[in-house]
Amino acid sequence: MSRYFIDRASRYVVFIFGVLALLILAAIAIFILKDSLPAFREIGISDIIFGTKWYPSHGAFGILTMLAGSVLVTLLALLMAVPLALGCAIFLAEVAPPRIRQLTRPAVELLVGIPSVVYGLVGMIVLCPLIANLSGTGSGSSVLVAAIVLAIMILPTVTSISEDSMRAIPNQYREGALALGATRWQTIHHVILPAARNGIMASIVLGTGRAIGETMAVIMVIGNSPIFPTNIFAPARTLTGNIAVEIMSATGIHQSALFATGVVLFILIMLINSLALIAYRKKT
Amino acid sequence: MMKLSPKLTQRIAWVSIWATGIIAILTLIFIVGYTFIKGFPAINLEFLFTDPKGGVSGEGGIFSCIVATMWLIVITMAILIPLGIGAAIYLSEYAPDNRLTRLISYSLELLAGVPSIVFGLFGFAIFVLALHFNYSIIAGALTLVCLLLPFLIRTAEEAMRAVPQSQREAALALGTTKWQTTANVVLPAAIPGITTGIILCVGRAVAESACLYVTMGGSAAMPTSFLSGGRALAVHIFYLAMETTALDKALATGAILIALILIINLSTVWLSQRFYAKMQGIR
Repeated sequence: MSRYFIDRASRYVVFIFGVLALLILAAIAIFILKDSLPAFREIGISDIIFGTKWYPSHGAFGILTMLAGSVLVTLLALLMAVPLALGCAIFLAEVAPPRIRQLTRPAVELLVGIPSVVYGLVGMIVLCPLIANLSGTGSGSSVLVAAIVLAIMILPTVTSISEDSMRAIPNQYREGALALGATRWQTIHHVILPAARNGIMASIVLGTGRAIGETMAVIMVIGNSPIFPTNIFAPARTLTGNIAVEIMSATGIHQSALFATGVVLFILIMLINSLALIAYRKKT
Repeated sequence: MMKLSPKLTQRIAWVSIWATGIIAILTLIFIVGYTFIKGFPAINLEFLFTDPKGGVSGEGGIFSCIVATMWLIVITMAILIPLGIGAAIYLSEYAPDNRLTRLISYSLELLAGVPSIVFGLFGFAIFVLALHFNYSIIAGALTLVCLLLPFLIRTAEEAMRAVPQSQREAALALGTTKWQTTANVVLPAAIPGITTGIILCVGRAVAESACLYVTMGGSAAMPTSFLSGGRALAVHIFYLAMETTALDKALATGAILIALILIINLSTVWLSQRFYAKMQGIR
């Protein structure tokens, strides 16, 4: 074979590989949509999305309960994780002595990679009994424990990306502010944080995505009863948990309703990502 | 509200930043420390080399899970690496700046944000049901390939883009074809970055649970081929925690996983330092 033939052939081969990502995305969309159609058609889109009753044996497939569960758990997790992560990122990027930095940086990277089931496991063993004692009822599996576990889980992600974006700011910015007589906090508040805003936003969006998409760790600590979350000390169920808990035993319209849950989850994530993208574009 | 003096705000801010930093770091140290301290006593040769026996007390070890995880990683990587590098070559060396390329980039970004369980749902629909692989290691591996592909493509693409343009021009000026330049100049120069990406993919595959839970099934029996079901280590932790009382064994499995991830991370650091040294001519 001449090298020209190989050159020509390689063009086509790598093109096929390149288009693969597009094909996978299309295949995911098509397969999940296709399998969710029977449920949407038979039950109706609004009855699925706005229905609050999930009784598969009685043909009730409303997922609003799980949607609310997912949103509530994620919001609570963000409420706890974002201030802590930002504080930690400022600490590591601007405040901490170099020796602490050298130690914590690889540690934070390790923590990003720890399996989520480990976070769930520790939450289940340590936090659930604590909450059970506090609330006095049940096993402690609750929205609150799930939110805490998720907050700890996304903490390293949000911290490391925010820290990177603060570190990327040229030193002249800091020196300029300090030379004008600003305190170090004023420098951070008025110079560093605004300059690092895009990276911080991106880290929060990524954290949100991880929290809303997390499955196993949440199942382990949230109790999984499909009841509307009105009390953070009570069990609930998330969209991800709904799919994982029931998909292996479901058939027919029940299975289709679980694919519909997947569609709603998919759309929710896309919505968050595009909102972030729009916000990002407006500010830059 | 009273306006605080800059000096006072500085002091308050410093105290809170130190406090949040220390709280965050202590929380994370606690998770790892707790898993190690409670988990290590349960690890011994018998635990490592017997299969899980099932039951509420969670007797037995994790041998079949180790084997299933290894099968899974080997098959996943065998498919993932050529696909990922091939796509990265296209995107970095061949793709023209047109609508299709932007569409591919956009779909990579979207795919990177799709949750694991949605990939699981997809794998369940296509590999488990439509292609009749049932719950099997191959179904889990193919699902993992879809999950990890965007990450590997991006890392490999960045590594190749980082190769200076002058090297390509030098090769082409010698009369090589585009493919010869790519295969003999760009790819070797990008190997360190690509290797790091591959190792990180192994780490993510080891940590992954949700998409494997719904595509590999929960069979704790020793896998006999890539078509038999299996239980990955991370999924085994989930089963132990939810269905048995053997929480010490779940923690022990967790400690092993964390140790694995630690080794994987350290090896990427070691690799990049080695290649850096080589580039500097130190060796």
